This record gives sequence, C-alpha cells and structure tokens, in this order.
Amino acid sequence: MPAKVRAYRARIRSAQTTKKITRAMELISASRIAKAQQRVAASLPYARAVTRAVSAVATYSNVDHVLTREAPNATRAAIVVFTSDRGLAGAFNSNVLRKSEELSELLRSEGKEVVSYLVGRKAVGYYRFRRREYVRDWVGGTDNPDTATAKEIADAVVAQFVQDTADGGVDEIHIVYNRFVSMLTQTPEILRLLPLEIVEGVEQPGETDVLPLYEFEPDVNEVLDALLPVYIESRIYAAMLESAASKHAATQRAMKAASDNADKLIREYTRLANNARQQEITQQISEIVGGADALSTS
Amino acid sequence: MADLTVTVVSADEQIWSGQARMVVARTKEGEIGVLAGHQPLLGVLAAGEVRITAADGGRITANAEDGFISVENDTVTIAARAAALV
Repeated sequence: MPAKVRAYRARIRSAQTTKKITRAMELISASRIAKAQQRVAASLPYARAVTRAVSAVATYSNVDHVLTREAPNATRAAIVVFTSDRGLAGAFNSNVLRKSEELSELLRSEGKEVVSYLVGRKAVGYYRFRRREYVRDWVGGTDNPDTATAKEIADAVVAQFVQDTADGGVDEIHIVYNRFVSMLTQTPEILRLLPLEIVEGVEQPGETDVLPLYEFEPDVNEVLDALLPVYIESRIYAAMLESAASKHAATQRAMKAASDNADKLIREYTRLANNARQQEITQQISEIVGGADALSTS
Repeated sequence: MADLTVTVVSADEQIWSGQARMVVARTKEGEIGVLAGHQPLLGVLAAGEVRITAADGGRITANAEDGFISVENDTVTIAARAAALV
C-alpha cells in the first residue's frame, strides 16, 4: 500500500477510537444529568423552607444582626468560585472563571480587596498557573456534591465574615457558579450571599398592613444566629448541585460535538484515502499502458 | 377545626408532607405543640422527636436534628439538616 493511503488510514483509525471514547463520555454524562437534576429538585423544598424563614425574620422584625448588617465602607470581599474537577466540558469552566475575574475587577475598582475560595480542580489549576493567592480550596467532589462539603464551605466563609476586617475578616461574600437553565444553556451567575441582599418568597407587607405578630423561640437574635448559617449553607449546596448538573450537561454537549466532528473527519479522510488509492491505480495503469506502447513501437 | 399543612424536609429530600391535626416539636426552650390557628412562629429545634398527629388520626414520628420549625397561616414547616422518619 502506498505511503499516502497508509497515512490516511492511520488518521481514520485514530479518529474512530477517539470517537468511541467521546461517545461513551457523552452517554455517561447524559445518564448523570437526570440524576443531578433529581438531586437539585430534591433539595428545593429545604432551600425554599430556609429562604422563607429567613425572609420572615427579615420582614417581620427589625433586628440588627451581624449577618444582615451592611458594612459602611467595605474593604475586603470574598469570592467563592464553583468549577468542576475535570475539563472536557466546553466553555463551562472558562465561563465561570471569566465571570469571577469580572467580579474581582469590579470589586477592586470599588476599592475592595478580593480573597478567593475555590471549589473544583479547574479553579485551583487556574490560580496555581497564574501564581495567585487563594484562601482555601475544595476539590474532588464536584460531580457529586454532598451536604458535608457545603457545610464546610459555609462554615469557612461565615467564620471569615464574622471576623473583624482588621483581623482578616471580609465584609462581603459572593458566589460565582454555573446555573442550569436548560440542557442547552448554562449561564455563569454571580450571587451576593452576605450581607443578605433580597430575600424572595415572602411578599413585602404593604404600608398599612398589620404585621402578623411573629413569635421567636428562644428570641430573634438566637433564631437568626441559627438560621443564617443554615441559609448560607443551603445556598452554597444549591450552587454546588446546579454546578454539577450544568457540568454534566456541558460535558454531554461538548462530547456530542466531538463525536460529530470525529464523524466528519472520518468521512473526509475516507474520501481522501479513496482518492489517493484511485490515483495510484490510474498512475499504474498509465505506466503499464505507456510501457506497453513503448515496447510495441520499438 | 381546620387542619394544618405540614411539611418535614431535610437538606436533600422531603421527608413527609400532608394534613395534620397537631404537631409537637422540641425547641431549645422545650416542647411546643402547634394546633391550627397558631400564631406565626419561628423556633430553633433542639435534637429530638417531632410528633405529628395526621388528619386521619395516624401518628408520624420523625427525628430531626439541627433545624427549625416555622408556623405561618396554618402551614407548618419543619426543616432540619438531618431528619428521618422513625
């Protein structure tokens, strides 16, 4: 077999094996999306209950709590970035990292120092490569987030929030994660966790409405003390779940594109290989005919 | 008398939901019983049992830890990080 044809055949084989891998990964992610979505759905009742409770406290009491108080001149802000442990998910990680860069830019322009918390190996890799500082990272569990990790993250950021700014505490906490909009769209999103921004779920009472008299046990401050970390934790857990679902969807889409591309390559190279083979044969025939002609005329 | 709408949820799933006559939970200050028409309440749960008397008279017991109870318009929500039916 001539060299040209052999080279094409090798390429076809390589595209075929790659396609097998990407196809398998596509199917794996497809099966995992459903599970991830179920987990998101299962966590909703709790998240809703927590949010409603927090907004009830915020709406029906005029409590001044450290977690709701807006620092007058914030000087330091924390960002929690949710990426995945593995790549091969299209623009999934770069999108969220770019969004976090924009956010840091913005915070810096407001005169705040930015400290980072990273979730997922990709974010850690990104920071290491650029030799940037970060406070803490959590890796290895982004495909299957659990509440224990969410609690760890929440405890870490709340602890730093409660600390005095002078001792290295932060005044704001933002999270950046991929929100699962649909199988085809995942958008990176920024959410300010602390100080609490808006609490949805409860209608704001009108001016003239008489507020229902809420009873707090043991008292408002203790309820808030117990509730707010739980709220933060549930938001972080929700972000992790959404991010996991988005990652699977992004992987599925990226791998489908890769398989389709492999198909295209195989087709192209098959045509080229056929062409080369045909050329070879044509050349041989003309050589033989030419040789025979030369012999008969001599 | 009207019934309560009760939901018991843990961090990653809904444990139980339905109509109930009475809910008894243990808060940090002691046990509290909630009937229909209770004033809005938000309490921190201590580790312990939550007992629910369902509308049909059946009894449901759940263990709840690290959570809170909220009562509002005859809707009772028990949310706990770890909760399980007994």
